[in-house]
Amino acid sequence: MQLHTLTIQEAHQLLVTKQVSSVELTQAFLQRIREIDPKIKAYVTVSEELALEQARKADERIAKGENVTPLTGIPFSIKDCISTRGVRTTCSSKILENYIPQYNATVTDKLAQAGAVLLGKTNMDEFGMGSSCENSAFFNTHNPWNLDHVPGGSSGGSAAAMSASLAAFTIGEDTGGSVRMPAGFCGVTGIKPTYGRVSRYGLIALASSFDCIGPMTRDACDCATVLEHIAGHDPLDSTTYQSPISNYTQNINKPIKGMKLGIPKEYFVAGMEAGVETALQEAIRACEKLGMEIHEVSLSHTKYALPVYYLLLFAEASANLARMDGTRFGLSVSEGAKDVIDIYLQTRREGFGDEVKRRIMLGAYALSAGYYDAYYLKAQKVRTLLRRDFEAAFSKVDILLAPTSPTTAFKLGEKTSNPLEMYLSDIYVVATNPAGVPAIALPCGFSKDMPVGMQLIGKHLDEQTLFQVAHAYQQVTDWHKRNPKIS
Amino acid sequence: MSTIDTKTVKHVAFLVRLGISEEEAQKFSAQFSSIIDYFNMLNEVETTGVPSASDIANAENVLREDAVQPSMSREEFLKNAPQSERGYVKVPTVLGEE
Amino acid sequence: MTQYEPVIGLEIHAELITASKMFCGCSADYASAPEPNTNICPVCTGLPGALPVANKKAVELAALVALALNCSINKHNTFARKNYYYPDLPKGYQISQYELPIAEKGWLEVHSGSSSGAASAAYRDPSRVRVRRVHIEEDTAKLFHEKNYALVDFNRAGVPLLEIVSEPDMHSAEAALDYATKVRAILRYLGVNTGDMEKGVLRFEANVSVRPAGSDELRTRTEIKNLNSFRALTRAIAYEIERQIQIYESGGTVIQETLGWDDLRGVTTSQRSKEEAHDYRYFPEPDLPPLQFSDAWIESIRSQLPELPEAKTARFISDFGLTPSEARFLISERALADYFEKVAAAAKSPARTVHSWIAGELMRYLNDSGMSIEDMTLSPASFARLIDMTTDKVISSNSAKVVFNEMLASGGDPEQIVKEKNLAQVSDENEIQAIVEKILNDNPAEVEKYLAGKETLLQWFMGQVARATKGKADPNVAKELLVKSLEERRK
Ligand SMILES: [Mg+2]
Ligand SMILES: [Zn+2]
Repeated sequence: MQLHTLTIQEAHQLLVTKQVSSVELTQAFLQRIREIDPKIKAYVTVSEELALEQARKADERIAKGENVTPLTGIPFSIKDCISTRGVRTTCSSKILENYIPQYNATVTDKLAQAGAVLLGKTNMDEFGMGSSCENSAFFNTHNPWNLDHVPGGSSGGSAAAMSASLAAFTIGEDTGGSVRMPAGFCGVTGIKPTYGRVSRYGLIALASSFDCIGPMTRDACDCATVLEHIAGHDPLDSTTYQSPISNYTQNINKPIKGMKLGIPKEYFVAGMEAGVETALQEAIRACEKLGMEIHEVSLSHTKYALPVYYLLLFAEASANLARMDGTRFGLSVSEGAKDVIDIYLQTRREGFGDEVKRRIMLGAYALSAGYYDAYYLKAQKVRTLLRRDFEAAFSKVDILLAPTSPTTAFKLGEKTSNPLEMYLSDIYVVATNPAGVPAIALPCGFSKDMPVGMQLIGKHLDEQTLFQVAHAYQQVTDWHKRNPKIS
Repeated sequence: MSTIDTKTVKHVAFLVRLGISEEEAQKFSAQFSSIIDYFNMLNEVETTGVPSASDIANAENVLREDAVQPSMSREEFLKNAPQSERGYVKVPTVLGEE
Repeated sequence: MTQYEPVIGLEIHAELITASKMFCGCSADYASAPEPNTNICPVCTGLPGALPVANKKAVELAALVALALNCSINKHNTFARKNYYYPDLPKGYQISQYELPIAEKGWLEVHSGSSSGAASAAYRDPSRVRVRRVHIEEDTAKLFHEKNYALVDFNRAGVPLLEIVSEPDMHSAEAALDYATKVRAILRYLGVNTGDMEKGVLRFEANVSVRPAGSDELRTRTEIKNLNSFRALTRAIAYEIERQIQIYESGGTVIQETLGWDDLRGVTTSQRSKEEAHDYRYFPEPDLPPLQFSDAWIESIRSQLPELPEAKTARFISDFGLTPSEARFLISERALADYFEKVAAAAKSPARTVHSWIAGELMRYLNDSGMSIEDMTLSPASFARLIDMTTDKVISSNSAKVVFNEMLASGGDPEQIVKEKNLAQVSDENEIQAIVEKILNDNPAEVEKYLAGKETLLQWFMGQVARATKGKADPNVAKELLVKSLEERRK
């Protein structure tokens, strides 16, 4: 029995029937991380001691039959921008290289309460700024399907960890596709929930009005299970929804027959890799076979999603990263500082990578006197139009289907020299974040031996429909069951 | 083609407190110009009368009751501070006023 | 020489009295914290990932102040980030309000609105200072500058702060002082701020420019920061007016800058920071949804407004027959005015008599003992009975002071004390006449001197009577009988 390839549901069955203990399960993953991760480099920090301690506690819970949840004893990893008390949280940045949070993010707390076992923290583009994980200040993460290729970004470490079976589930974060794009590249399932559905408290902010924490898993069913445990109102995050969450797993088998599936025409245009296009068309046909009605819809402002997204992200990030100033935590470069301003200038110069520097400078530019209306405000207005596009589409259909990327995973180093070209790789995943709507990514085939991803986009707060359709699709396909052979 | 000259680059670098060399300023200047040019695409969109999305929120009046919660431990807090003294966070001399 | 007219606007920062901070649950009472950095959490120290949640009470108090300043509440208002770097600002931005503050367009009556310089045609309404806006923000940490470094205490970081911005409607340091005093009194009346400027809970910034009298132009203004007393406020403004006039008179130009006030040297000083021009890059705070107020909510806040100093002064003058200065003295503190009203209501004596007791004996007692009116244990009803006993001549005013002190010391009631100490006033003419006769008979030399023209001796005789009666004799009766008996001896 290969413990590391079990779904959460399968692992849970083994745990509660006492066929395997959480300590055994945890040790299996820790062993696999030791063997495989040097090739993949998904983890920034492995919290072995904590993991074994949590596993022992989970086993006690299971033994007593108290408080056992579907996640009790299940080993997981978490993106390194989500605060974990006592476990280094770096955002893959030099500026936080030795930062150990004094508190837990709400999501971390919720998973701990559910009894899940934290294996460690996964690599990412520095502060979430990137689409290939190559902007990590520490090292590149490799795509498990081909080590010469990128895993996508910014949750590249999480996607690679999931794809290489280095955790039973993983928690990513999606600001403009950062869960879905790497999920697509690595052939795993991942959801960006509705903005405000999962608490951001303790998530080190990139763009506050876009950031969404979401699970990455083997399949839609596991994804539903994890989201159920981390979603909900949080009194510590003013932007979380009050409305209750539905029981995603219980309702996941509800029929999808007769549902209207929208195909946004702006997402199927020239420039898409042929194999990606083919895989997507087959996925649409599969949905049709499942009884869905297929309709073409238009999201007419799609081409503006990228500039809107990047402008607003730059602006918000320029303020969010201001607290990294070398005075209260993190890196502090004080040699020769005559004044506190020298600490700021030196620390941020040495602590931030080029992409972070570019983005916070451009953010300050877009907000500065004389440019605010032309850039920041203009982007906020076009953002309203993007939302209206989705509202209009959802007045006609129940759910949308689109690719996660125009290509499969590109090669390491292929796009690092041209920032703008790198931004363009997010073209299909960014629009949902300014609009706030939920979207789930799942594998739908292969092109040039690399996984192809598709995403299903839903109405505000309607994660339920996404899970139903994704689950129905995964009942009739097996792309999600394929595992890379890591050489 | 927009141009963001090195003077502007240095100005925004200082606004976000980034130390920057002349060489870096030149490199960023070239990159910024092409990125800003791309952003100027938004000028095509007619937005007269369109409200800013920042005014559309999940909720309104999210307020908490005025109740005191316990403080975090000072020791824990200062553990992360590069420098501290007598329970304070210590920083170099502060010149200028805000 | 050209006549100049000063143009002054004030920005007032007032902390709001709440239990917890503006955006987190830490105690806002930094003044009583025994040690630095003991009222802190991830939110108010700006740790990565922490998020703000707005304090309901602070929002209500802000609206209450705004209504007291005659502002219109913005039913839809939003928070904004004000971006700048300073070690007392943990997040690198201050959460404040910018485009849509909680309230705008208010006004306040001022009395010394007239210019100390020449009168100007540009006055809108000399008796009003307009309030441009009132907005909510968070206070900064406390920074202690040492010789080669600085120390930061985050206990104050995130305490709710109200910024009250006036239009440049004041034209003299006196007018600015009057406006500032009135705002302070309102804040204290509302119970939202102690007004304790020494502790920094209320801070002023003035912007000052001067222009030729009669002109409407707005010339370059300077901003004077950190004015922490009324004295500093008036001196700094007066100094700055004079400095700018001197510049214009000598053909120079005033440059727009931020100034500090050096209280020791009595001068304003240039405080240019490294960053020449501020560019705060305000934008809507994405972590906090907008505030949306209903009419009903605004009215419920309005209904909590107490009677404000201005209205109370007018009522004290008309209802109690006090002079304006007597009324103003009493309303200077809400607790004093309340105490006065309770005593006046319980007493049969005229309100002005009650006022003079409060302004005289009570204030003397408070000053001597260092107590405040809030600490007063003397019940208004007992105080009223004491005052009535003097009005009714049951006791003499001298005895009344003895009783007053005894009441404060022992808490007894006035009738009891008068009885125990046998202080009831003797008004019986026969009884006093007998004492007078005895004194005159016992002191023939003094009688002779008096009759020879040394009339000041009458006071000495009065003293003898008081001594013989232990102060109980009605002084008016005693005086009358003394004069009559002395005159009789002339014959
Ligand atoms: Mg302010
Ligand atoms: Zn706090």
